[in-house]
Amino acid sequence: MTERLKWAVIDSWTMTRRNLTLWVRVPAYIMFTVIQPLMFMLLFRYVFGGAIPIKVKGGYVNYLVPGVIGQTCAFTSFNTALALAQEIKKGSIDRLRSMPMARSAVLVGRLGADLVRLTVTIGVLIGTGYLVGFRFENGAGPAVLMILLALAIGLALACVSAFTGLAIKDEESVQAFGLIWVFPFTFVSAAFVSIASMPGWLQAFANNQPLSIFIEALRALALGGPLAQHLWQSAAWLVGILVVFGSLAARAYRRV
Amino acid sequence: MTESAILVEQLHKSFGPVEALRGIDLAVPRGTVLGVLGPNGAGKTTAVRILTTLLRPDRGRAVIEGLDVVRRAAEVRKIIGLAGQSAAIQDELTGRENLEFVGRLYHLPRDRCRRRAADLLARFELVDAGDRAAKTYSGGMARRLDLAASLVAEPAVLFLDEPTTGLDPRSRIGMWSLIRDLVAGGTTLLLTTQYLDEADELADQIVVIDHGRVIASGTSDQLKDQVGGDVLEFTVADPARRIRAAALVSALSDHDPQVDEASGLISLRIGRRGSDALVEAVRILDQEQIEVQGLATHRPSLDDVFMSLTGHSAEDLAEAR
Ligand SMILES: Nc1ncnc2c1ncn2[C@@H]1O[C@H](COP(=O)(O)OP(=O)(O)OP(=O)(O)O)[C@@H](O)[C@H]1O
Ligand SMILES: [Mg+2]
Repeated sequence: MTERLKWAVIDSWTMTRRNLTLWVRVPAYIMFTVIQPLMFMLLFRYVFGGAIPIKVKGGYVNYLVPGVIGQTCAFTSFNTALALAQEIKKGSIDRLRSMPMARSAVLVGRLGADLVRLTVTIGVLIGTGYLVGFRFENGAGPAVLMILLALAIGLALACVSAFTGLAIKDEESVQAFGLIWVFPFTFVSAAFVSIASMPGWLQAFANNQPLSIFIEALRALALGGPLAQHLWQSAAWLVGILVVFGSLAARAYRRV
Repeated sequence: MTESAILVEQLHKSFGPVEALRGIDLAVPRGTVLGVLGPNGAGKTTAVRILTTLLRPDRGRAVIEGLDVVRRAAEVRKIIGLAGQSAAIQDELTGRENLEFVGRLYHLPRDRCRRRAADLLARFELVDAGDRAAKTYSGGMARRLDLAASLVAEPAVLFLDEPTTGLDPRSRIGMWSLIRDLVAGGTTLLLTTQYLDEADELADQIVVIDHGRVIASGTSDQLKDQVGGDVLEFTVADPARRIRAAALVSALSDHDPQVDEASGLISLRIGRRGSDALVEAVRILDQEQIEVQGLATHRPSLDDVFMSLTGHSAEDLAEAR
């Protein structure tokens, strides 16, 4: 059993390394990972930001950066589904599954590599955020906790994405489906604007959907203010998503 | 009786309403090559995926070297190699990296991975391209790399799903000689193909499958006999000499020659006599100084096999789907 666990870890690491190697060799992936979230941040900082009346300490940029980080967790989770669908199409998943490696390693290696990517993206967002006026207002400890929470969110959403990729399989359908859920969840949320500015019927959704809850928790960690409720609600959603979609993804992988 | 490296009994598999396999039986003696021949959608890939532990059969049993593919899948995976229908290599990695990466996942020590990769690159004529990204490879090179990847752990039983589909004739022949060398090393091979000449070239035994059933099996000679064997063909332009020519060659076969008056084409089934009959025909026609064009023998194609076994051509079948 410990032997098996040892190989599961080694194989997952091999897969993670391989996925990261693929990633750094394709310039378009790097664009997608880094440039796109940066564009969103700068767009809202300098183009729309002036028209968005939000009063927080340090100004709109402080409100924006945790929001963009939450949005990025959802957007980059796309890649998990796309990468898995591509591997199915190419037949590389068949080859991997016919080998005596740990079966979990394909999924774990995928999620691991995507988590590393997300870490890089969040680092770039925070670094650039600092250049355009963002500051953590709540001390170093909560700042680190915010980054860890963002990674946990990224992981949970990547599990959702992994499941859709493995279940739908077809690359284009995966892409279309991904856009359908990512757009409403990221924009009808607390990411960029105050939910109170939306019409009442929309507020009901925006207030209660998980991405808003996650973003409010990120924001509370970064900027201070009431935290406990945001944190435990987020934790409940995270555990729920991880358990449900983690096992759905594992099941879909066995059936590919 | 030789021991079977691959044994399949009454394998069934459906995908919803589609019955991909409806009771397949196979037995492949150790160290031999089985060619699984069938048109698009016959169930070849489905059978390979079950045998390589990727799919569970609905019914029936498949055993590799004594190990059941469902109950002892983990052990089966240690002794098999698979090169699927599309080349499962990573375009962004170099050829060498692709092979080393596969070796790591077979849990080979690092230096052994390196040696294996170098050996295989040399053997598959990829040394010069070994440190280039695989996306720069030609179709033939990518296929060779994919085949090499399936051999990293020196499997006892190898599965190749349509290894030459989509290759130009030269790459195909190159691939054939690589596969032949492999088999000479004692590997048991199951290979699927849509081409009779490929099965003919590489396989000891052939099974023809259609609609998920085995519709014929045997050596390639046995199959061709079922179809009526080779055909001798030539054209005599001079109508006056045509009947005489037909009468002369009729001595070469139990069958009667067919004469097409419009084109002057004479054809004769000559069973398995192939080149003998050809030489003989040249001699007797030359003796009477009959002028002929395009004298040749034709081997029956997959289409001929299908035509005679099922009454419709392989292409019609593919189109009907
Ligand atoms: N995962 C699947 N889901 C649904 N139907 C499938 C699936 N895999 C195969 N089939 C169907 O099963 C039948 C047999 O398919 P299979 O891929 O085994 O054929 P094949 O002989 O390999 O054909 P080809 O020469 O085109 O590769 C086909 O009708 C195919 O559409
Ligand atoms: Mg196939």
